[in-house]
Amino acid sequence: MTVQIPETMELVYKHPESLTDKDTHYCPGCTHGVIHRLIAEVIDELGLREKTIGIAPVGCSVLAYYYFNMDFAEAAHGRAPAMATGIKRVNPDKIVFTYQGDGDLAAIGTNEIIHAAHRGELITTIFVNNAIYGMTGGQMAPTTLPGQKTTSSPFGRDPRIAGLPVHITEIMSQIPGVAYATRQAVLDLGGIAKTKRAIKRAFLAQKEGLGFSIVEVLSTCPTNWNLTPWEAMQWAKENMILQFPLGDTKIIDAVAALKV
Amino acid sequence: MAKQLLKGNEAFAEAAVRYGLEAYFGYPITPQSEALEYLSKRMVELGRVFVQAESELGAINMVYGAACAGVRVMTSTSGPGFSLMEEGISYIAGSDVPAVVVNVQRGGPGLGNIQPSQSDYFLMTKSAGHGDFHPIVLAPAGVQEFIDMIGLAFDLAEKYRTLAFIAADGSIGQMMESAELPPMQPLRKPEERPAWALTGAQGRPAHFITSLDLSPEGLEKWNLYLQDKLTRIRQNEVRWKEYFTEDAELLLVAYGTVGRICLSVVREARKAGLKVGLLRPQTLWPFPSERIAELAQQVRGILVSEMNAGQMLEDVQLAVLGRTPVKFYGRLGGMIPMVDEIYDALKALDAGTRKA
Repeated sequence: MTVQIPETMELVYKHPESLTDKDTHYCPGCTHGVIHRLIAEVIDELGLREKTIGIAPVGCSVLAYYYFNMDFAEAAHGRAPAMATGIKRVNPDKIVFTYQGDGDLAAIGTNEIIHAAHRGELITTIFVNNAIYGMTGGQMAPTTLPGQKTTSSPFGRDPRIAGLPVHITEIMSQIPGVAYATRQAVLDLGGIAKTKRAIKRAFLAQKEGLGFSIVEVLSTCPTNWNLTPWEAMQWAKENMILQFPLGDTKIIDAVAALKV
Repeated sequence: MAKQLLKGNEAFAEAAVRYGLEAYFGYPITPQSEALEYLSKRMVELGRVFVQAESELGAINMVYGAACAGVRVMTSTSGPGFSLMEEGISYIAGSDVPAVVVNVQRGGPGLGNIQPSQSDYFLMTKSAGHGDFHPIVLAPAGVQEFIDMIGLAFDLAEKYRTLAFIAADGSIGQMMESAELPPMQPLRKPEERPAWALTGAQGRPAHFITSLDLSPEGLEKWNLYLQDKLTRIRQNEVRWKEYFTEDAELLLVAYGTVGRICLSVVREARKAGLKVGLLRPQTLWPFPSERIAELAQQVRGILVSEMNAGQMLEDVQLAVLGRTPVKFYGRLGGMIPMVDEIYDALKALDAGTRKA
């Protein structure tokens, strides 16, 4: 929808060019919309929209290609980093990023993400962690917290039979090809601002050819957590951040030196 | 280009390079690894893209990405790897992008062995992944045809925006014979990539490539489009070779390595006065059903021979529809049928179909 601005008013906040004006299908209170917008703002600010190719995952953000105003591909479940490898290797002058959830990246796609990182692919991954499989109806994810009830862990995740949560960003910090790995959260305004800076740093690291970059973003799923959006934010702050500490797990000097 | 003594796996790899291969992604597996090894040197020397992937799943999804970017791309594998690639193959088919996959078949099921086999016929022609689609499947019978079919596979894949497979086997991959390579073609320039390719939306509206359509009406429409493409391929791209069929009273049907062996069988049989012909399908999909149906009216019986338990046999039976007896002789598990074995089966067919 286009709104006419009266001559007496100044436009101070608008839709990023890197987003389409299509309404998203995301549930009320879902943070995918916030994260999409942060990525779009960063790409606009870096002037990269016409050079960027995104890769959507399988999961709630499977339709991300409707919402980003740039070339996009839709990958098989977990395979976005492999597909990104193919796209980037034949388009070395372009910016390529994957957008993946925790089921996609931390379960079925661990092989692809670890090896793309190990090869030091010049791509960026935005990894949205909400500790649950959203699209398939709220099953236990590799990142589900101990004791957390889901539709496939109805008694709460039992570490004796399901293990403990997978810490992707810590794993990434061990990989030589990774230039930048960080975990952020979009659970309050300060966190949103920090997440945007991290996303910008990650894209800049790629633009400068410094290595693989990944930004994990702690997120919520009010629908499948059976909480209101507000309660979900509080629950994530009180529980998820304890399990998944925020901050950089790896930042090489050249990335730290980038002006963000 | 002069003829040279070439090994099948290296010959098809070099042929791909000369036909304009821009990117190769693969994973080592016997009996095709020489192709990957060869390209790891050749592609890098030429400044083209080579990646040894972490698995066949990784390799085929890299192929998928490069295909979406509109470049000439290929991978090669053997049965166990092909099984893993089926996921990406289905996505490639559903996304309407071109790619070439070479399967140098080995004995199965499971880990099987590394000897030549044709037991992936069903896999390649009928069940290369979930959903309704058929790739084009080309079956070379020697090193020269392997070389030529790489060029054909790229051309057909790009013409129809589809998958083209090469159904080779371990013996063709490993054998050395005299063959001629094509001249080096110039690479396609980045600005010559197709309009649908993902190249960054510079000065044009953004577009996306997906195999997803959540609406059943939309997905049915998309499937009908894909089926229409397959119909056009069926109409225009059936290829086969015939030997001594003009006056044939008995017909052999075989492809690839066995097709070649069967030509020796025909020559033996002709020496003994048996009027035998051979039809060797060069495309396993689309299949030369119409021609086989015609010949079924002419001959007393058909013998199908394969290095499997009878897979193409079913396509021959569907083409023949009971018009004439169809018998089968196959060897399994990496065994290659010998001329005398097939000849014995042919003599039994002859005896069983002679009018009293």
